[in-house]
Amino acid sequence: MYDIAIIGAGVVGAMCSRALSRYKLKVCILEKESDVAMGATAANSGIVHAGFDAVEGTLKAKLNVLGAQMMPQIAKELGVEYKNNGSLVIGYDESDKEKLEMLYNRGVANGVKELRLLDRDELKALEPNISDDAKYALLAPTAGIICPYSLAISAIGNAMDNGVDLMLDFAVESISFHENEYSIKSSDGKEVKSKYIINASGVHSDDVAAMAGDDSFSVRPRKGEYILLDKECGGLVNHTIFTTPSDKGKGILVSPTAHSNVILGPTSVFIDDKENKSTASDGFDNIISNAKSMVNNIQFGKTITSFCGLRAVGDTGDFIINSNKPNFINVAGIESPGLSASPAIAEYVIDMLRSMGLKLEINEKYNPFREPYNKFSKLSQSEKNEMIKTNPDYGKIICRCETITKGEIVDALRKNPKPTTIDGIKRRTRASMGRCQGGFCYPYLVEILSEELGIPYSEVTKFGGESIINIGTTKGEIKYEK
Amino acid sequence: MKSNVDLVIIGGGPAGMSAAVSAYENGIRDILILERDSLLGGILQQCIHNGFGLHKFNEELTGPEYAWKYEEKVRELEIPFKLNTMVLEISKDKKVTAINSEDGIFTIQAKAIILAMGCRERPKGALNISGSRPAGIFTAGTAQKFVNMKGYMPGKNVVILGSGDIGLIMARRMTLEGAKVKAVCELMPYSGGLERNIEQCLRDFDIPLKLSCTVAEIHGKDRLEGVTIASVDANRRIIPETKEYIECDTLLLSVGLLPENELTKSSGIEIDPITSGAFVNQDRETMIDGIFACGNVLHVHDLVDNVSEEAEIAGRASAEYILQGNEKNIDILVKTDGRVRYCVPQRITRKDDTTLFFRVSNIYENVRIYVSHNGKEILSKKKIKVAPGEMESILLKKSCLEGIDSGELVLGLEVL
Repeated sequence: MYDIAIIGAGVVGAMCSRALSRYKLKVCILEKESDVAMGATAANSGIVHAGFDAVEGTLKAKLNVLGAQMMPQIAKELGVEYKNNGSLVIGYDESDKEKLEMLYNRGVANGVKELRLLDRDELKALEPNISDDAKYALLAPTAGIICPYSLAISAIGNAMDNGVDLMLDFAVESISFHENEYSIKSSDGKEVKSKYIINASGVHSDDVAAMAGDDSFSVRPRKGEYILLDKECGGLVNHTIFTTPSDKGKGILVSPTAHSNVILGPTSVFIDDKENKSTASDGFDNIISNAKSMVNNIQFGKTITSFCGLRAVGDTGDFIINSNKPNFINVAGIESPGLSASPAIAEYVIDMLRSMGLKLEINEKYNPFREPYNKFSKLSQSEKNEMIKTNPDYGKIICRCETITKGEIVDALRKNPKPTTIDGIKRRTRASMGRCQGGFCYPYLVEILSEELGIPYSEVTKFGGESIINIGTTKGEIKYEK
Repeated sequence: MKSNVDLVIIGGGPAGMSAAVSAYENGIRDILILERDSLLGGILQQCIHNGFGLHKFNEELTGPEYAWKYEEKVRELEIPFKLNTMVLEISKDKKVTAINSEDGIFTIQAKAIILAMGCRERPKGALNISGSRPAGIFTAGTAQKFVNMKGYMPGKNVVILGSGDIGLIMARRMTLEGAKVKAVCELMPYSGGLERNIEQCLRDFDIPLKLSCTVAEIHGKDRLEGVTIASVDANRRIIPETKEYIECDTLLLSVGLLPENELTKSSGIEIDPITSGAFVNQDRETMIDGIFACGNVLHVHDLVDNVSEEAEIAGRASAEYILQGNEKNIDILVKTDGRVRYCVPQRITRKDDTTLFFRVSNIYENVRIYVSHNGKEILSKKKIKVAPGEMESILLKKSCLEGIDSGELVLGLEVL
């Protein structure tokens, strides 16, 4: 019997689980995929917004500003790449200028610090590649960039190190409440019992709420396509560049990523299928034409990948964090600025649990720190050589493009939350995430996974389910020997 | 471990080994080859088909056999090499920093360096193909490694995008292993592969080659379930009404090879945007004295025999550089006219017989290839047919350069 079951291992579930691991509570996370951080958390802009977008008084505004303030410290504790690069909203004409002034005032009201309106010269000095048409800008020095899936993976790993359980491949199918106790059943017959439920299931959070009898809100998936450029383009812009927002939202951004690539996107299209993460060619055209109008000298030829994420858009316009059923908390409609707000959302949820009567006793063993996945790469040469002496795997480069060693990959495989797929390794170590996109290292990654998990070579998958890499052996049966 | 070596060669594939042997034969004894894989031979080790060595050895060899011809020589001459060793950095002053399991991270000061890192395949991500991102999409070379080196089958029903040589070879290979190759789609109106490969790998197996055709969309949630292919117009835009769905579990990509020049760029060596390799002179010396480049890291070759020959030039020149310095007494740039896409070398710094290697930008028939200086033609030859998939060459004799020691040569092509 758990005290709390968190449904969904995206960044919201991750931050809630970590925050709850500070207390003496039995907590579990239930995730339908084969790994954590597989939904919107794996495919978004990775921006820690300063907090001037959302209207004053909304949860979005309040939790964004708070969350963004908490983020640097959390990233440090979890060993996640975070850069305080600042953001710029650019404007082209007088009407944009007025909007920028409005955003400035809103930001000040929301409590955003250091905001500044810039003229063309100041803008050009900060961003030499900025479009010749950009005349005005709003500078938010407190904005940052973070690797969103690293944040979620590391937060869950840290929560697990502090006692939280993670159940993967657990697709919640039914929820029943009886004598102050929830029974949560998965589609393949597993059952978990818990006193409280935190519904953090992203695009599916309305479906999950409905299972508990709460149909007070709905969530629609809005797809956002992205294009990622090679690290070679890393110097293109320093800040995250937005255009002046329109009725349609924040529009396309051009930003460095926490790992020094350049990200372009997202598009914004409502769709019906909550599982359809496919990209469309008009989406790419849209990104390319918009990005071109914002920033000069973008080398689209250096594209290394493109992808699509589904944002969970609630029907209220604000985050939906409420409780309509006993001991059942919805954390739904967490679209942008959800990533930025996630640390504050977790604290908000804890306050709700407290007011619902949950006893929160401090867990003295709680350790907020976690060793980063990229620890080896940050060592000095002599430290690295010491490591290689004790474990020669640190001298064996598997991913050439990102310079990732076998030692780092094996470490990641043994660390909470343990990956079981190629994409799981990729999101933790960056192996196969570089410019060749796994062309060279895939066969080695398959081999390492097969060895570590003790499964046949042909059972290794890209991301679980039926996503196998090889369907079998060639003519001759080759038995894998360990 | 020695911290000073006369000649460090980065890469122990066909280019690196051939350069090493050539440097040895020209008097250099203190050589070190650094190879990132666990074997010498580079990508040849997974090219188990034949067709290698026809020019160089007058016999038809498989990739591993061709590699062994050179490895045997390297071993016979006792040229040192380190396997499983990845070079992390090279500096302008020729310090090479590398990593392996035995020595850790180490730095060697070289007198000369030969870059022979080869090339890699352009990945799917570069193409912005719309649709989902399931398993079952590989570059042809990755699939080749799974099949030929590991003994595993990536899939049973295959579509190949791109008609580069590895794609053509893999069409045949997958067929021989029992898979059904349903189509090879090529974006361009002509194949980028060798004519002999189209004959032997596609036509002989009745595999359709669809020109001016591309993959418009990828379908499948976990594993690939099918692709939508479509014809493209002259501007390479998809023609919607030609869309056709093909059920398949595997998509192989052979959409171009890219010289692997990350090290080259990080050391500040100037790169030719067309070849994606270094700017070099007739000695295959880059813009930094004493750093040479050869093989697919310099420009992508279609025959390994040509790689070996180019590496011999670099090996010989590096020996000369180490022993007495190489003479540079002229400075002529070689430009191309557009129909000729690129030329290697891009620069001539000494009056010698120099072969210019080049690729054309389209298929042309009945052509005259010429070299001119200040509008005055100094050399020409005729050819019945030229194609982007086949590297061409023209010998520029020392005598042609009489009275020319600066300015630009133009290598051009005229359709007769």
